[in-house]
Amino acid sequence: MAEPILEVTGLVKHYPLTRGVLLRRQIGAVKAVDGVDFTLGRGETLGLVGESGCGKSTVARLLCHLERPTAGTVRFKGEDVTALSGRALKAVRRAVQMVFQDPYTSLNPRMTVGDIVGEPFEIHPDAAPKGDRRRRVRELLDVVGLDPDYAGRYPHQFSGGQRQRVGIARALALRPEIVVADEPVSALDVSVQAQVVNLLARLQTEFGLSYVFIAHDLSVVRHISDRVGVMYLGRIVESGPADAIYDHPTHPYTQALLSAVPVPDPGARDRRERIILTGDVPSPAAVPSGCRFRTRCWKARERCAREVPALAVPSVFRDAGGPAAHPSACHFAEERPAVAAGEPGDNGNGPG
Amino acid sequence: MPEQPYEPEGAIAGTGMGGAMDLGASEAVTLEGTPGGPPGRGPAARPRSLWSDAWRDLRRNPVFLLSALVICFLALISLWPSLIAPGSPLSCDLARSQDGPAPGAPFGYDGQGCNVYTRTVHGARTSVTVGLCATLGVALLGSVLGGLAGYFGGIWDALLSRLTDIFFAIPVVLGGLVLLSMVTSTTVWPVVGFMVLLGWPQISRIARGSVITVKQNDYVQAARALGASDTRILLRHIAPNAVAPVIVVATIALGTYIALEATLSYLGVGLRPPSVSWGIDISAASPFIRNAPHALLWPSGALAVTVLAFIMLGDAVRDALDPKLR
Amino acid sequence: MLLEVRDLRVEFQTRDGVARAVDGVGYAVDAGETLAVLGESGSGKSVTAQAVMGILDTPPGRITGGRVLFQGRDLLTLKESERRRIRGAAMAMIFQDALSALNPVLTVGDQLGEMFVVHRGMSRRDARARAVELMERVRIPAAAQRVRDYPHQFSGGMRQRIMIAMALALRPALVIADEPTTALDVTVQAQVMDLLAELRREYRMGLILITHDLGVVADVADRIAVMYAGRIVESAPVHDLYRAPAHPYTRGLLDSVPRLDRRGRELNAIKGLPPNPLRVPPGCSFHPRCPMAQDVCRTDEPPLYEVPGGRGSACHFWRECLRG
Repeated sequence: MAEPILEVTGLVKHYPLTRGVLLRRQIGAVKAVDGVDFTLGRGETLGLVGESGCGKSTVARLLCHLERPTAGTVRFKGEDVTALSGRALKAVRRAVQMVFQDPYTSLNPRMTVGDIVGEPFEIHPDAAPKGDRRRRVRELLDVVGLDPDYAGRYPHQFSGGQRQRVGIARALALRPEIVVADEPVSALDVSVQAQVVNLLARLQTEFGLSYVFIAHDLSVVRHISDRVGVMYLGRIVESGPADAIYDHPTHPYTQALLSAVPVPDPGARDRRERIILTGDVPSPAAVPSGCRFRTRCWKARERCAREVPALAVPSVFRDAGGPAAHPSACHFAEERPAVAAGEPGDNGNGPG
Repeated sequence: MPEQPYEPEGAIAGTGMGGAMDLGASEAVTLEGTPGGPPGRGPAARPRSLWSDAWRDLRRNPVFLLSALVICFLALISLWPSLIAPGSPLSCDLARSQDGPAPGAPFGYDGQGCNVYTRTVHGARTSVTVGLCATLGVALLGSVLGGLAGYFGGIWDALLSRLTDIFFAIPVVLGGLVLLSMVTSTTVWPVVGFMVLLGWPQISRIARGSVITVKQNDYVQAARALGASDTRILLRHIAPNAVAPVIVVATIALGTYIALEATLSYLGVGLRPPSVSWGIDISAASPFIRNAPHALLWPSGALAVTVLAFIMLGDAVRDALDPKLR
Repeated sequence: MLLEVRDLRVEFQTRDGVARAVDGVGYAVDAGETLAVLGESGSGKSVTAQAVMGILDTPPGRITGGRVLFQGRDLLTLKESERRRIRGAAMAMIFQDALSALNPVLTVGDQLGEMFVVHRGMSRRDARARAVELMERVRIPAAAQRVRDYPHQFSGGMRQRIMIAMALALRPALVIADEPTTALDVTVQAQVMDLLAELRREYRMGLILITHDLGVVADVADRIAVMYAGRIVESAPVHDLYRAPAHPYTRGLLDSVPRLDRRGRELNAIKGLPPNPLRVPPGCSFHPRCPMAQDVCRTDEPPLYEVPGGRGSACHFWRECLRG
């Protein structure tokens, strides 16, 4: 792996549940993020996938210092940035920028696109001399594929995909090293999604960016990620290189998730073996004991209720090596090819 | 996170069509054509914002046009009452007490022999002054306190909420009788001050709610992620987006403050002679309602029309600013 | 044919002019068949369904032409009272957002039972019993207790099941599902789609599935109608369409979705944006984005050409497109 640029250890975010108006007492906590570890290498893309309520968006907000973690550390280039404030925090914020999910609420409707993309320079006046800002804004718009002459227009005059480009231009203004993208394409139309995914991929090589790419869409994540972490109920349950996770998943949750993804190939309909999980994700305010997935797991045994499985390479694979030997938080981890359509590219509808 | 629901086509049915629709077919943006767009904007930027949309609606709304006309007229006679009523409202002649219309006094004379027409015209200034000042004070105090409470939340928010509850519990007229009977000033300021004191909680609630809604938008988070200060976020991102409901409520409140001034003056605790005010005139004329109804009718009519005009204006503005109605 | 839509046209009056949201759409569904209507936002797929259901907001919408033949009768000529009798009983709809489609102040039992009280004239008690049966049928655990719960007490997946139960309560011949799983998580999505498919087989219903998700379509549909800018641009049996699309838009869509089973750095995105419905380009509405566009595409609007194998394509060059 490349030199690490971001190291996250034991990241926890609990939101207290309180009762009472003046005398508040805590009656519990929503464990949105409950012990997450990962490392992001320079220039690589880490995908975080999971269903709603798994805490992936909270991780994004924690990485961008929009919230303070309850516990754990985030090291940026070796320096712990979790407790920073004031000037030091402002400096770190330049290096870590965010792209938001909803292009309709992420741009201030009262500001022109030029002002939106130029705002970072006003907040960080040393990033660009005053006289140079207009040119920089035009450049940024051009980089994300928008006509610079539209800097004077307002967000509502653009379509969703174009607005998302504006949001990306804003995130790039300060030349960040890391971009955290929280569901950046899920609000877009299918045909526009691909444009934005391609743009993100191009910008990564152009600016040498490292991405934390958060999404619920497993296909998009596979497409863009070098490594993937699968989240469930506030924790990463399986992580590793994208190919290892997608082709050799060992955690039952990952296997179920992958098997449930509809594949745009009607021929795969009968060939694929789907694992239909029963029930719903438990509330993050009442996390099951032991393994948090056990309430929906078909392999769950008594041990799962007692022992919390650690995110580590399972002993069965440790010696064998190979793609299955990646961290998986399951007591009974085993391989079970889950990708439906079988071998890559075996269906005939490829482009030419 | 649940997938952001695929942009519902139902949006079309909401007539929000122009707003959120995709633009031209090409990659380059084509400006949405806005035939008959708002005037006074250069061709370079014809933004179809909330305000320009509202303005388009308002221009076609007869209620708005009518009330705006009345208000413009009121503003005019408040600034230059002698334009249409040259005499002094304080020159009265007891000999003409309760006389009917006469040349130079189309509304007749009141019990003190004052020219009702002159007094009614000159009374507009007090009413409008009190209404405007009270509204401005209320809007400023209320939106600053409410906005800050909504933005920062926590203990300040809780305290402010309880405080507004207390103020809401004070009966306005009773409070006025008690508080204002202690002052002896003959200017409008005690009355204005009283209205601000009792009126700000209403605006602060609106402002607080509006700020909390706007605060949740991603663009506020985006500014925060860029390292923007609270001041910047509040002034640049929150205030412009949260101000619309405050304006609506304040416009409607303006009418009610004018009516409240008249009520307090009628009760003898508002403005006092020699101030000229519709409330004072109504109060003075009411004992003689049988003999000289005109002395009561004209100032009351002026008051009713003024209050109605502001309330109608507020209504029209609310309709125009509420995207759900469009 | 259970349902046949012919040359349906719907317009919307907007401040900036008239938008042709649906511009001559035709499709047909047979009993027991699943037709997927695939399209992006603004393609007119939902508006078509609303017009078929008779729940289109008018104004601003207006049906300006076409026929909707349901079990042989043209619904557009029926009186509102007659349509109401068909709605809910013979044809039903499932919406994307179950939380807003259910009434928050009534228990789900009351809402399910309402169907039987209104349409079948049952007593409250019988209706309640049927509601429990229905909830069991859509596999809601502990149905007898949960029948007294309010919609917000259910999870997203469970609410969608209740919506399905409600739609199927009176054994309709046709169900229209508008993005039924879009708001759900992948694992729950699979549960709900499975349930829907199972019930369709069991009741031999016709199902119109409106979606933007090529994966969902591939999983469940028999036939597909692809919509673009208010028109059907391609219609075909599902296997044929995925194997060899006969319209460049379909081909573009298939190429632009990232796939679980393939990994690459560049997606073949369709360039440009879907057109503004107020200013649909002349000729073929897809021509500004089409890699195959010729001069004729800019001037002549392609009809839905018949393509061998019971297919249709609104492309002048469908032959070239089929060859790939």
